[in-house]
Formats: sequence, structure tokens, C-alpha cells
Amino acid sequence: MIKPRSVPWFLCAPALVLFVVMVLVPLFLTVILSFHVFDHNTGIKNELTLAHYIEVLSDSYYFEIFWRTIWISALTTLLCLLIGAPQAYILSRMRSPWKSILLLIIIAPLLVSVVVRAFGWSILLGPSGLVSLFADFLGIKLSRILYTEKAVVIALVHIMMPFMVIPIWTSLQKLDPSVQDAALSLSATPFTTFRRIVLPQILPGMLSGSLIVFGLSASSFAIPGLLGGRKLKMVATVVYDEYLYALNWPLGATIAIILLIANLAIMLSYNRVIERKYRRALG
Amino acid sequence: MRNNGPISLFFSTLVIVFMLAPLVIVCLVAFTPDNTMTIPTSKFSVRWFEAVFRHSDLMTSFWNSLRLGLFSATIATAISIPAGLALTRYEFKARGWLNGMFLSPLIIPHLVLGVAMLRMFSLIDARGSFTWLVLAHVVIIVPYSLRLIIAASVGMDRSCEHAALSLGASRMTVFRRITVPMLLPGITGGWLLAFISSFDEVTMSIFVTAPSTVTLPVRMYMYATESIDPLMAAASALTVAFTAVVMLLIDRLYGLDKVLVGGK
Repeated sequence: MIKPRSVPWFLCAPALVLFVVMVLVPLFLTVILSFHVFDHNTGIKNELTLAHYIEVLSDSYYFEIFWRTIWISALTTLLCLLIGAPQAYILSRMRSPWKSILLLIIIAPLLVSVVVRAFGWSILLGPSGLVSLFADFLGIKLSRILYTEKAVVIALVHIMMPFMVIPIWTSLQKLDPSVQDAALSLSATPFTTFRRIVLPQILPGMLSGSLIVFGLSASSFAIPGLLGGRKLKMVATVVYDEYLYALNWPLGATIAIILLIANLAIMLSYNRVIERKYRRALG
Repeated sequence: MRNNGPISLFFSTLVIVFMLAPLVIVCLVAFTPDNTMTIPTSKFSVRWFEAVFRHSDLMTSFWNSLRLGLFSATIATAISIPAGLALTRYEFKARGWLNGMFLSPLIIPHLVLGVAMLRMFSLIDARGSFTWLVLAHVVIIVPYSLRLIIAASVGMDRSCEHAALSLGASRMTVFRRITVPMLLPGITGGWLLAFISSFDEVTMSIFVTAPSTVTLPVRMYMYATESIDPLMAAASALTVAFTAVVMLLIDRLYGLDKVLVGGK
């Protein structure tokens, strides 16, 4: 008979073993790998070095790629926020069947493969695609979009929109409409009501949405791979190149570990901030 | 006051068009009779769909993805049920820590997981092994099945279990006849969500698949980096249709909005 205290451990054991073997061990091996010496002729050597970290953090080539990844992700986050927040608000004020139908249209693409959606954008944004035809029709002269940062940002906004809309929608659902009515009946303008009543309450949703979008954009692979072309590299596509073309695994591992640390740092610090803020607000 | 003005509705329509545009366009282009990426206006043709079914690489990778999704979603569900029950029904010190670990694939970039697993697979000579590929997919889809099972377990009324126990049912009978049936919507919803997540996964898979185990998204990614032709559009349209069927199933069994948005 199992002791009552060990029951939860017993129940978690299969998942725990799997995660130790498939997540913790591989991550540990990769950290070790990132310190290994790499020789272009003989491959990975059994000596340890910090050279890869120094190279990635000091070489202007990698700096450019990290910088591009950061600004593309930041711009994507900003656009998702500017489009997603009003959209979620408008949807929440719609009547019943429309409300859920339109919400599903916005978030259901989440389940369609990223490759398919990226491919759709490469048709739309190509030189003879609908977007340039439409611009011609309006008499606007567009410069090339496909294989530039513009295409990457457009497609990323599309992929990330559900991750922004979902948390904002969730916080909008918690809103008590009678508070807004009270503000209005006390002769606040609709704008003031929005700014002083609605906005503060959906702010946590907007923040967590922004963070998820930024994190996922910064590590996105298929979108820059398919819509950025060969020249426009982001962090994930550079890691892929190091692994598959340069075969410099230790260097690729170094970049991946830096990406992981940056991602975890953003997520965890955000959690701290939110928790502290709410404890203050509630306590 | 809670009505949307014309500007709001116009804005909302634009966003909807933006979200649907890439999916609609691949489905339209898939029916072109030409060899170029044109939208058919007068004549529709299914020749590119036929080409997909004759394309042996695409078909092999489709079956790979399907098998992989079925196996990994089933294993993920099987280990998520006991873990989900443990995490919701027992107070123990490591609970928060275990919960965080099982949901960690949502925060760890798939790229990093792919790179990490590639290193391990090459050390233990497991590249090209279907079994290890299944385990890799199980890890990234456990968060989805686990979350729905946790939600179902939290919302479950346990008095039925107590009633059955007090009437002399064994623990195993209670689990089989009461607990599992009551958790069933969460289990099936979680299984489907896990399946479609595995079926779609590309970033990690591109590192851990070998030529013999290439999945459909990976094959399509490779194909699309080299050429853009209606064959890809037809394959994409079929993928969209397949996903739509799974979505309908999720909606019937659990509620698509509940799966995607969460909450009640």
C-alpha cells in the first residue's frame, strides 16, 4: 500500500519522468554544449570555453540580428495592442450570437498551422498578389513587401492577434456593466467612462497579452523563415542556420540559451510586477 | 449606450477581413487551373488537389503527422489525467513547482526545445526514431491536455464519488465509473487540442525529425522555402479543411470558445 503522502507523487510520476528526461536533461546538455570548443575542421571538441558567448555578445552581426528581433517583436506587440484591444472591446459590446461568432473568427486561426498562414501571406503580399493589385487600383505605388521586415511584421501581427485578444477578452468578461452605467448616469462622458472605468480593469489583460506576444514573436521561426527570405534573419532563423548549414552547434546552442534566458526573464519579472501590484491593490 | 457606432463596426470588419484573408486566399488559389498563383475567376479545377494526393513525399509526411498526432495526444492525455487529479486534489509542497514544470513548454520557445532535444537525440543516437519523436511531441502538448483536465477536475462535483464510495464501490470502480465519465468532456477536448497542436507543430519538429520521419508542416515549410506554386496552396487548403473538421469536433464535444478562451 502506498503512503497517503506519496499518492500525488505517484500520480505525477509518469509526467515527471517525461519532463525530466525530455526537458531538463536536454536543456542541461545544451547549456554544456554552448561552452564547448568548436573547430571548423574537426567539429565539437571536449574543451570548455566562453568564446561563443563572447562572440555572440560582441560581434556586430549578432547584435544586428538581436536588435532586429527586438524591434520587430516590439512593433508587432504594439500593433497587436492597438488593433486587438479596441477589437476585443467592440466585440464585447456586440449582441449575443455575433459576439461569439466573431470572437471565434479571430481566435480560431490559432489552430491552423503557422506554415499555412505564412504561405497565405506570401501569396497576398507577393509582387502580383492581391495587396499590390488593390494598391494599384487605388493608385498607390507600393514598394516591395514580400521578403522585407514589413511582410514579417504583418504576418506576425496576424499570428499573434489571438494571444492579445484572449487575455483582454477575459478581463472584459469580468467587467460589471452597471459600473459603466453608474459613471454615465453621473454624467461622465463615454470617453471618461472608458478611460477611468474600463481601461484600468483591462490593463492586466493588455499587459499579459503584450508579454505573450512579445515572447512568441521574439522566438518565432516559420514567419521570418518564409516571409523574410534569405537575407532577413531573426534570432530563431540564425540558430537554424548555425545548426543546419554552418553545423556550428555550440554557437547555435549559445544563441538559443540567450534567447531562453531573455524569454524567462521577461515572463518571470512580469509575474512579479503583477503580483506585487495586485497585492497592494487588494491588501 | 452599449451599441457600436459605424466607425467601430467598420474597424471590426477590417480586422475580421485581415484575420481571414490568408486562409481564404490559399483555399481560392488551390482551385486554379493554371500553373501560377492566380485566383480562378471563370474556371475551377481540382488538378492541384489530385497532384497533392499523387505527391508521395507530401502523402508520406501527412501519414507521419497523423500517426504522430494520434500517438502523442493519447500518451499526453494518459499522463495528464493522473497528474491533473494530483495537482487539483492534493495539497503538497511541490504542487506549484510541478504545475509550473508541466506548463513550461508554453514559455520555453519551441526553438530552444528543438535544439535541446536534437542534442540529446544525437548523443543517444535517436535521430530518425519515431518513438523519441512521439515523446518530444508529448512534452509540448501536455500543457494543453493538462489544462483542460485541471479545469474539468476543479469544476467537478465530488459528492458523486463520495456517494459511490459510501455505497461500497472500490476506488478503481469509482475512478472508472464516476471520475472518468465526469471528466470526459475535458479529456476529449484536451485530446483534440493536443492532437491539433502536434499536427501543426513545425519549429521544434524541424530540428528533431529525420528524412524518414518528416512531418507535414516541416515538409510544407521546406517546400515553401524553395518554390511557391499551387501545389502548396492545395496542400494548405486540405490542411485548413482538416483543421476545420477537428475544430467542429472540439466545438461539439467541449465548446471551441471554452477550449480557446478558457474560463467557463
